[in-house]
Amino acid sequence: MQRIRLRYAKRGPLRFTSHRDFARAFERALRRAAVPIAYSQGFTPHPKISYASAAPTGVGSEAEYLEIGLQAAADPEQLRVALDAALSPGLDILEAVIAPEGGGSLADRIDASRWRLELPEVEPVTAKEAVAAFLDAPEVLVERMTKQGRRTFDARAAVNNCAVTGEADLPSGAVGVPCAIIDLVVRQVTPAVRPDDVLSGLRVVAGLEPPVPPRVTRLAQGTLTAQGEIVDPLDADRGDVGIGGR
Amino acid sequence: MSVSSVFPQLEQLLPRVSKPIQYVGGELGAVVKDWDATTVRWALMYPDAYEVGLPNQGVQILYEVLNEQEDVLAERTYSVWPDLEALMKENGVPQFTVDAHRPVKAFDVFGLSFATELGYTNMLSALDLAGIPLNSADRDESHPIVLAGGHASFNPEPIADFIDAAVLGDGEEAVLEITGIIRDWKAEGCPGGRDELLLRLARTESIYVPRFYDVDYLPDGRIQRVVPNRPDVPFRVAKRTTMDLDAWPYPKKPLVPLAETVHERYAVEIFRGCTRGCRFCQAGMITRPVRERSITTVGQMVQQGLEFSGFSEVGLLSLSSADHSEIGDMCSGLAEQYADTNVSLSLPSTRVDAFNIDLAQELSRNGRRTGLTFAPEGGSERIRKVINKMVTKEDLIRTVVTAYSNGWRQVKLYFMCGLPTETDEDVLEIAHMAHEVIRAGREAAGTKDIRCTVSIGGFVPKPHTPFQWASMERPEVIDARLKLLKQEINSDRSLGRAIGFRYHDGEPSLIEGLLSRGDRRVGQVIRRVWEKGGRFDGWSEHFSYSRWVEACDEVLPGFGVDLDWFTTREREELEVLPWDHLDSGLDKDWLWQDWQDSMSEFEQDDCRWTPCFDCGVCPAMDTEIQIGPTGKKLLPLTPVTRVPA
Repeated sequence: MQRIRLRYAKRGPLRFTSHRDFARAFERALRRAAVPIAYSQGFTPHPKISYASAAPTGVGSEAEYLEIGLQAAADPEQLRVALDAALSPGLDILEAVIAPEGGGSLADRIDASRWRLELPEVEPVTAKEAVAAFLDAPEVLVERMTKQGRRTFDARAAVNNCAVTGEADLPSGAVGVPCAIIDLVVRQVTPAVRPDDVLSGLRVVAGLEPPVPPRVTRLAQGTLTAQGEIVDPLDADRGDVGIGGR
Repeated sequence: MSVSSVFPQLEQLLPRVSKPIQYVGGELGAVVKDWDATTVRWALMYPDAYEVGLPNQGVQILYEVLNEQEDVLAERTYSVWPDLEALMKENGVPQFTVDAHRPVKAFDVFGLSFATELGYTNMLSALDLAGIPLNSADRDESHPIVLAGGHASFNPEPIADFIDAAVLGDGEEAVLEITGIIRDWKAEGCPGGRDELLLRLARTESIYVPRFYDVDYLPDGRIQRVVPNRPDVPFRVAKRTTMDLDAWPYPKKPLVPLAETVHERYAVEIFRGCTRGCRFCQAGMITRPVRERSITTVGQMVQQGLEFSGFSEVGLLSLSSADHSEIGDMCSGLAEQYADTNVSLSLPSTRVDAFNIDLAQELSRNGRRTGLTFAPEGGSERIRKVINKMVTKEDLIRTVVTAYSNGWRQVKLYFMCGLPTETDEDVLEIAHMAHEVIRAGREAAGTKDIRCTVSIGGFVPKPHTPFQWASMERPEVIDARLKLLKQEINSDRSLGRAIGFRYHDGEPSLIEGLLSRGDRRVGQVIRRVWEKGGRFDGWSEHFSYSRWVEACDEVLPGFGVDLDWFTTREREELEVLPWDHLDSGLDKDWLWQDWQDSMSEFEQDDCRWTPCFDCGVCPAMDTEIQIGPTGKKLLPLTPVTRVPA
């Protein structure tokens, strides 16, 4: 069985696709593109697809990963093009590589994510103060509803890096309206600390309340190096080891 | 003048609502056109939540038919849940289409498909959010023509104040004709304004424009007459019938949603119409005559539909699918073609006979076995004669036992409660039947591990059926009967454990009855209910019986009538019914005779297999039965296998 790993993006309006929605759409895309997907054994066979941690509903992503098993070998680039064409624009397959035998799992190569947070109508200087207060705090307790009910946990410890990097143009092209940009690197921990938890943290420590919902995009996932960079989990399969973070 | 997308404003609200993906669009099969490059623009609505509305065949077909026209643009809109409705009102975001997020108010036509009357309050929400006046009389040239279609439009009188026009029957050709009328009227510079456009529609004699008709009432509240209030519109408005379904093989490009919806399958209508003559069934009465789609067209549609969509499920739909003249060849052909795939094929059928099981066996050849459902509809042999569902208890037991001995472990049985002349005994027979099914089934299957589910729907008398004169049973009587039935099912603990029991309370059915057979006076009740917060009345968690009763108490006494008058009152032969001026083709004398036959428990045959019994449809509508067999086989015959990418 050939295993292929894919990097895909969730863009624009389709960032509101939930993980379950994406999974259904992806299975249909496999059928539309006539991909020779392998199936599990048993009474109701399931296609062999395994997902790395998925970005939350409403959050865009340039770096989602999954792995599929094939009955027959396929050319990864042809497969990528066929699958991308079979999915709605906005769910885009960016890269496909063959996973070598015994090369370890995708999940083992992912322990952190880099996020970009756009805060329309928030002055960068206000955001900077909030971020500084957040980073200075030894612990920032935030609350979130989980499947187990309301939980309180620390949003600070998992944050490796958080910086206001500049100001963006608003998507609407409005002139004169500020928009702070935060670059955020968070390690994968349990319970997971998500970008909205960090935003809750900014509210807790500095009373930062964005007037409109911030727009969040995952830029990268992978292994966090000592230098604070994130290594693309497909680098090892590609053979050309490098530092990613696109 | 171009119309811009409201998405930038909507986008700010989406993180705060549940399941935002349903408002985003981006489905496979969705079409976005340049606004300025088109001349006639339709907003099509299924007035329920996206998850229910998206799979609707009618909307998908019209959407595709309209968008195939180069100068026509069609987009879709669905009911937004109360969480988003509140945010939209607060932030001034109007009712939008999911395709290009354009405001509904900007379109030429706002077409709503009503599969059920319980969507009426949702129409008012949509009009309100769209910024379109609720009453037709308050609209001007800047507003779309609000057009109703779907089965409920065979009596649009309860919503006559809110709609500008209604189309009865098949929509494929009607939407193109309406498009043509609007195109010409616009090209001429919109002469005579909105009134002239509505008049041109009314003159087709198959589009109903309520404002051109007056209703007079008798002192006792009954209708005296419904007559045109101008000389140039017809006395009666006729339904549409699309003949030759092979010429209309839609949907070709089914909409494939990203959000989860109630049906995720490629559905192909294998025929339209039904002449089985079940007296409660409005669909069977108003869609006559039977028009089959040929086996070859069905085969091509399934192949193209699956290739386009990537669905893994196919539904061969109709009102009684096992009755298609080539159903055997169709099922074996499709089973052959998809034997080596994971495609599951299903055939909803209301027939209760062994043939049904043969077909289901055939369709499950690749191991994808779908559920088996039988619909005896009535518990006792007597009540089945009343409703004209010709099946004996012995037939039913034999059929279900055959299913169990062929490996099915679970079957579903559908019944109705509240039927005309029904007694407690008729309903308790359902329990005895279910007990016998389990007893005989255990013996045949050689195991105790079999189940059946008894599903009960509430009977609602519908216009253009022989039961249009019938009285409804009070909800408390229905609920008491269902309670007795439940006790009877569980009176034997061993058998009762193997029987699942599902039912609906009587109250929503009574309100559906009010809306189904209501007249223009009921419109004010609908409006009151909506003003009191009524939304999504088809959903038990949103439906409020007391809200409807209160609104009836506030509005109807002013007219000298009440809720009971519309629901539990039996009508007399000569009473003018609110929909008498709307022509479904059925001869009213024939309907009355069938109602009398029903009371004397006399059955009516099916004209598919026996001579014409003069229901009136074919001569009145200039149509005829179109059935096979064509003698052809399913094409193409090459089995589908998976090829490497």
